Amino acid sequence: MTAYIIRRVIIGIIVLLLVTMLVFLLVRLLPGDPLMVYMGQFSVGGSGTTRITPEEYQFLYHQYGLDRSLPVQYIDWLGKIFHGDLGKSVTVGQDIGELIAERMPRTAYIGLITFVIGAVGGTFVGIICALRRGSWMDNTLTTLANIGMTIPVFWLGILLMYLLSYKLGWLPTHGWTHPLDNFGKHISQIIMPVLAMAVGSIAGLARLVRSCMLEVMRADYVRTAWAKGLQERVIVVRHQIKNAMIPVVTALGGAIGMILGGSVFIETVFGIPGMGRLMTTAIFDYDYQIVQAGVLLFGAIIIFSNLIVDIAWGWLDPRIRLA
Amino acid sequence: MSIVLDVQDIKTYFHTEYGLVKAADGISFQVNQGEIIGIVGESGCGKSVSILSVMQLIQTPGEIVDGKVMFDGQDLLRYTANGAEMRAIRGSKMTMIFQEPMTSLNPVLTICRQVTESLELHLDMDRQAARERSIELLKGVGVPDAERRVDDYPHQFSGGMRQRVMIAMALSCNPRIIFADEPTTAVDVTTQAQLLELMKDLVTRQNTSLVIVTHNLGVVARYAQRIYVMYAGRIIESGLSDDIFNHPRHPYTVGLLNSVPRLGERHGTRKLIPIYGLPPNLINMPPTCAFLARCTEKVEKCSKEPWPALRAVGDQHYISCYVDIKGK
Ligand SMILES: Nc1ncnc2c1ncn2[C@@H]1O[C@H](COP(=O)(O)OP(=O)(O)OP(=O)(O)O)[C@@H](O)[C@H]1O
Ligand SMILES: [Mg+2]
Repeated sequence: MTAYIIRRVIIGIIVLLLVTMLVFLLVRLLPGDPLMVYMGQFSVGGSGTTRITPEEYQFLYHQYGLDRSLPVQYIDWLGKIFHGDLGKSVTVGQDIGELIAERMPRTAYIGLITFVIGAVGGTFVGIICALRRGSWMDNTLTTLANIGMTIPVFWLGILLMYLLSYKLGWLPTHGWTHPLDNFGKHISQIIMPVLAMAVGSIAGLARLVRSCMLEVMRADYVRTAWAKGLQERVIVVRHQIKNAMIPVVTALGGAIGMILGGSVFIETVFGIPGMGRLMTTAIFDYDYQIVQAGVLLFGAIIIFSNLIVDIAWGWLDPRIRLA
Repeated sequence: MSIVLDVQDIKTYFHTEYGLVKAADGISFQVNQGEIIGIVGESGCGKSVSILSVMQLIQTPGEIVDGKVMFDGQDLLRYTANGAEMRAIRGSKMTMIFQEPMTSLNPVLTICRQVTESLELHLDMDRQAARERSIELLKGVGVPDAERRVDDYPHQFSGGMRQRVMIAMALSCNPRIIFADEPTTAVDVTTQAQLLELMKDLVTRQNTSLVIVTHNLGVVARYAQRIYVMYAGRIIESGLSDDIFNHPRHPYTVGLLNSVPRLGERHGTRKLIPIYGLPPNLINMPPTCAFLARCTEKVEKCSKEPWPALRAVGDQHYISCYVDIKGK
């Protein structure tokens, strides 16, 4: 197992390096001037948001090291990131590291709740459907899951907001309150965002768990278990779930990416000052350094969760662990 | 000799979207204490379905519609399929070794866990005792280095070794009867002979009965005392092994023997003759003998009368045929 984990970690690091290169190049290859990344909107000479002279331009160009070769710039940039220096935002005027430290916990918090609800709910629904396959409950839940999977997150968010806030007036439309400041208000504010994001995860997972369980139920080793005289409960818990979980774990890893992506929409719709909202604002403000840092962070999280998925795989399946 | 299992007229049908598949259509057989019997027939003739029905392991869309399974004075088919009575018998008094050693063991559980779970369930052993007993059992079926290998996973075992594990599991609770469903089709010829010898050895020692299901009449004739030959969901000939093998009386059995090499036979001394045609579709069975279309011995009566019932043609020898090849 140790050798397997080490191998996975090394692969993870390599992928992470590739992501940093991509993020670096992404901004460099954007149309426009790289100086814009550090300065925000400006124009040389003529009229624009900020006007600078050609001399000033040359000076800044040199100061930001843009006259050096790309690899040198990349190494330099990577070194800074490694030391936690993500630069300073042009629009907000704040250190980006600090900004992320303030915003990310909120996104992580909502994401984690969504993930747990999605994982537990999806697995539960999937197993129930598989055990009662063909019943009206299975048919209803499977149909709902099929619908739930296809609904876009932001559309569901807006629909919920329309129904629960605008029409019924049960919940506030948007906002964020720290749970320790006012817990009731906090809960009322996160219900809709969590629900909007969890529906897709529950639906997708339920479908997958159901089909995996059905496949496993027909497996020869399950027939062997029946022939031993074991009870259905024991067969499901001991022989079926672990086998059925192997593909499901992969989907759980994917759900993290989906939730992070969804947070970009949801935090905007519900006015939650998290990482997703920060990124949307940054995109509209051409604040490239924040976008860069955000993409890098999300990328790192996804790589890390894939690493966890791989380790979970090895734990579940001896054929992988001992290979 | 006392009868351990008396299966009477089992009918197991599958409700498929194409129609009703009569996979077992009136199967009867008896097994005596300590006896080895063989059930032989082509692929798809209903061998597995018949023995799975005895243990009530038939899954939807299958249904056991009729018959009796007398075991220890009780009709097992009166018990609900997964109820407590049936579960107490499965895996302890009546066990099964399956066709596919590659897939019949759970890939994510250690060999130890898979052997101990029956011991814990039926013999009330604790973890430690069950583990020690598992190691003994594995040694008994010839798994080398059993103390260490007991903690391995199925994928670390070869096909033959896995089948040894299956045999150990089947024997673990001292069953009265073991069903072996084509236990050796997935392994090479040498391993096949070793496994059959091993099984014969073990059941003889424990005075357990063994039902070997196979499509190879030649193989089973060496080990079984009696043989049942199946065709299209029915038994068409039964008798002592020696009689079936050396003096078959049903045209299908004759064809079956001519089409497979016999164990110990020199290559090329006898020409193998396949049975022409295919077995009938179990959904649209003809009212007449189902072997009629492929039969080389048919007479006029065969196409007019329904499929004949089994009739005695000798001591313990039965056939379901209007033509008796020997008597002809
Ligand atoms: N789950 C099922 N659904 C529909 N039909 C089935 C099912 N299981 C078995 N059958 C039918 O029952 C018939 C007998 O199957 P069975 O598995 O008993 O054959 P077999 O004699 O064991 O063959 P083999 O030598 O290939 O194992 C087959 O023709 C098949 O069409
Ligand atoms: Mg079979």
